[in-house]
Amino acid sequence: MDLSAINPVLLIASLMVAATPILLAGIGELVAEKSGVLNLGVEGMMIVGAISGFAVAVETGSPFLGFVAAAIGGAALSLLFVLLTQVALANQVASGLALTLFGLGLSALMGQNYVGIKPPPTGRLDIPLLGDIPVIGPMLFNHDIVLYLGIALVAVVWATLKFTRAGLILRAVGESHDAAHALGYKVVRIRILAILFGGACAGLGGAYISLVRVPQWTEGMTAGVGWIALALVVFASWKPWRVLLGAYLFGGITVLQLNLQAAGVAIPVEYLAMSPYLITILVLVILSKDKSNAPASLGRTFHASH
Amino acid sequence: MKLTTLLASAAMVLGLASGAMAQDKTKIGFVYVGPVGDGGWTYEHDKGRQAVVAEFGDKVETTYVESVPEGPDAERVMTQMALNGADLIFATSFGYMDQTINVAKKFPNVKFEHATGYKTAPNVSVYSARFYEGRAVQGHIAGSMTKSNVVGYIGSYPIPEVIRGINSAYIHAKKVNPDVQFKIVWAYTWFDPAKEADAAKVLIEQGADVILQHTDSTAPQAAAKAAGNVITFGQASDMSEYAPSPRVSSIIDNWAPYYIARTKAVMDGTWETVNTWDGIAEGMVGIGEITDAVPAEVKAEALALKEAIASGEHHPFTGPLNKQDGSAWLAEGETADDGTLAGMNFYVEGIEGDIPQ
Amino acid sequence: MIVLEKRPQPSRNWSIATPLIAVLATMFFGGVLFAVLGKNPVEAIRTIFWDPLFGEFAFYYRPQLLVKGAPLVLIAIGLSLGFRAGIWNIGAEGQYIMGAIVGAGVGLAFYPMDSIIVFPLMILGGAVGGWAWAMIPALLKVRFGTNEILVSLMLVYVAEQMLASMSLGLLKNPQGFGFPGSRNLNEYASATSWINQDVGMHWGVVFAFIAVIFAYVLLNRHMLGFHIRLTGEAPRAARFAGVKPARLILFCLGTSGALAGLAGLFEVAGPAGQITIDFNVGYGFTAIIVAFLGRLHPLGILLAGGLMALTYIGGEIAQSQLGLPAAAIQVFQGMLLFFLLALDILTNYRIRLRKSEVA
Repeated sequence: MDLSAINPVLLIASLMVAATPILLAGIGELVAEKSGVLNLGVEGMMIVGAISGFAVAVETGSPFLGFVAAAIGGAALSLLFVLLTQVALANQVASGLALTLFGLGLSALMGQNYVGIKPPPTGRLDIPLLGDIPVIGPMLFNHDIVLYLGIALVAVVWATLKFTRAGLILRAVGESHDAAHALGYKVVRIRILAILFGGACAGLGGAYISLVRVPQWTEGMTAGVGWIALALVVFASWKPWRVLLGAYLFGGITVLQLNLQAAGVAIPVEYLAMSPYLITILVLVILSKDKSNAPASLGRTFHASH
Repeated sequence: MKLTTLLASAAMVLGLASGAMAQDKTKIGFVYVGPVGDGGWTYEHDKGRQAVVAEFGDKVETTYVESVPEGPDAERVMTQMALNGADLIFATSFGYMDQTINVAKKFPNVKFEHATGYKTAPNVSVYSARFYEGRAVQGHIAGSMTKSNVVGYIGSYPIPEVIRGINSAYIHAKKVNPDVQFKIVWAYTWFDPAKEADAAKVLIEQGADVILQHTDSTAPQAAAKAAGNVITFGQASDMSEYAPSPRVSSIIDNWAPYYIARTKAVMDGTWETVNTWDGIAEGMVGIGEITDAVPAEVKAEALALKEAIASGEHHPFTGPLNKQDGSAWLAEGETADDGTLAGMNFYVEGIEGDIPQ
Repeated sequence: MIVLEKRPQPSRNWSIATPLIAVLATMFFGGVLFAVLGKNPVEAIRTIFWDPLFGEFAFYYRPQLLVKGAPLVLIAIGLSLGFRAGIWNIGAEGQYIMGAIVGAGVGLAFYPMDSIIVFPLMILGGAVGGWAWAMIPALLKVRFGTNEILVSLMLVYVAEQMLASMSLGLLKNPQGFGFPGSRNLNEYASATSWINQDVGMHWGVVFAFIAVIFAYVLLNRHMLGFHIRLTGEAPRAARFAGVKPARLILFCLGTSGALAGLAGLFEVAGPAGQITIDFNVGYGFTAIIVAFLGRLHPLGILLAGGLMALTYIGGEIAQSQLGLPAAAIQVFQGMLLFFLLALDILTNYRIRLRKSEVA
């Protein structure tokens, strides 16, 4: 056992990378859930984003356009969810599961010609002064732009929800769609926008895996992170900054367990792999005393009867 | 017994039919555990299938079903292939073992080939590759080239196949570099690119400058490339898109010669049950091109080792070797028997850490 | 403009017509997809829907429909009870795994004892395993008010890790040359769930049919069933009618967990034969879709389970006979679900054209 082999600077730097896909997908899902929509199709939207982004980045040679395409791809898939749940008023749980099934198949079809190709590298942000600070520089200021975009999105979502009228309306819709409707807000329209935002974010998260973290395309490459993103939103009790915290915690557990293994610490891997889920359940229990967090209309179908 | 009779008569009718059209096509079915686009295990089996098509052209007709879960689904897919007149079926995952035996019982005239298993029958052969021979060559290069004396190893699950590879690589790395140390990380997955990338990064951060992997994606290669000054080896596929560096060589699963030979045997009517465990000599284990990133003398030694293994002059597990706990395993000059290798569940002396149970 | 008007009663005609329309729409759009992929669409559709039922080898596929459909129906029936009452068990996959682990564990503990009590004890073990796993979200919901959707979903991933751990550790076959996976229960006569393998009959199929009947009687003839329906349709009225929410939660989650656990046990002791790392193939999630496709009605679920099984089996035939990629089959199934879910609106709503300023 040699714990000194673990370099905390690199550990934190790599957990930030490991956390970014779930952070992006999680913050998008948070907005959707805040509006009262439970979209279990995150995994499907992520993988469609992963291949959309990958294909466009390879074809154009521009990772930037790739990420744009990934957001569009994720949002486009979420449009199907919109049609099902907001127009046809279908059950959200079943629709979300169907969306994941469909997305996994669709992405595999889209990606048939992209197996074994290397994407263009995504540039790192070279921050002149900050990046040169010892310890903190390589830890925090030597990453790609998308990673910072993820953090920025958290800040934007937080500020929007907390300080703006739009945020207030979004929360109102999620708390009680009937009351919001009575107040004259366009419940369905707001939810559609929230779902599309969630889809775009999930697409970005997927593309972060295929363009930065791995980077390559293989079928089924998201390997279940979409479900972790769902857990993350709950873990965060629908609070944006806690999504960031939770993403780093979840990402940190993965990276840390690998670090401990490499350092020769005998850890029961499968039990450690359970821990994010168990912690999430624990958080749910602790949170349950404070009923104000979960959007009250979460998962319920809205139909304006008049 | 109704179905069995039906199946038998259906098989018989088909057997007669195909007998009547003896000069007609030989039908071969392939059952894959992953998608053909996985870039690793299934991808290589499908290349084997394509090689069969290329070799025999119109004389064969191949079909495949991908992403077949191990269990009842596999049994159904194989039955379906047999019903539709397959003469030969390749079941390409360990987890299809019992199902293959079940289906084979119902279709005595159809030949079955099961990859990496150990159960045979009059119409079921098993085949596997001695990947540990390739690991020996990798270990040699790894031990010679590491500067930090730390070699990182990404394992999938702690099963004999993987443990054998670790031991073989370690023994040969140690031979050329007594100070070498192996850091082993278990990913607990065969395929999760993101996790594999993380594992590679962690190992590199902890000082490894050589990464060996027993998982199938190229994610560790990309991680090594990003880190620089790290070398890797392709796994299952050549992964030549990462050559000449970080990927300096590879172990290639080359099923094509075997698939072609077995197809030929069915065509000629000479097929019989075999238990094949082929290595470098027979071409089932391919060593991908050793690139110029490897010093010329190391490359020459590696190629010599490869030749020695191929000719049977050198067995990767040759005594004196002790088990990890220090107890004697192989005496001077003694080589390991296949039974022990097949069920290997211990590290050799010198490897640190425990095999997770 | 188009407006939706809620029907006072779900339309009987539409509830029968919509699934048919959905299947036809899927055939059409699926055909387009297959044509784009360069396959003959008519042949592809025929292979998926016709061949398993009436094709040359239907004598083999028909029993297979039972094998593939039984776990789906068994799990979906349990889930539908909760769904009707607004109790969302999304974690059937985890309960399925735990039922299989406990049930197989019981069987393996007796190995190689030959006795008639082994299998009944395994059934009990399977039911208890699934039930206990479902009791976690149930008790947390009753005691702390936590969201059962999320807790049960989280527990799926915990169960999957348990499965890997068991396959590599406690339940590993001691004669398996170190490979992961348990002993094969099909080779242990006292522990197999097969009744007659040739006609696809195992105890899981029997239990699935029993569950359908049980659920039908419960929902239509029993006070508890009435309470379940009432809670889902009018929660406030239910409270006045004296329904105790806590008891209902424990009952619905417990029952669905036990049925999922049973499905896992029958699968591991029959078609699958052994506990392996990849033992679970998503029946627990697919069953959620089956429950909705069946409109949460026992007979509907029976038909929906059969339909899903048909697309799986037909999809495999299409793969090997026509060379369709597995992904195309997945997309095809996705389409079928979309249409079935989307068209359900016609059952509950009337579409009216009306001039109106309010949206």
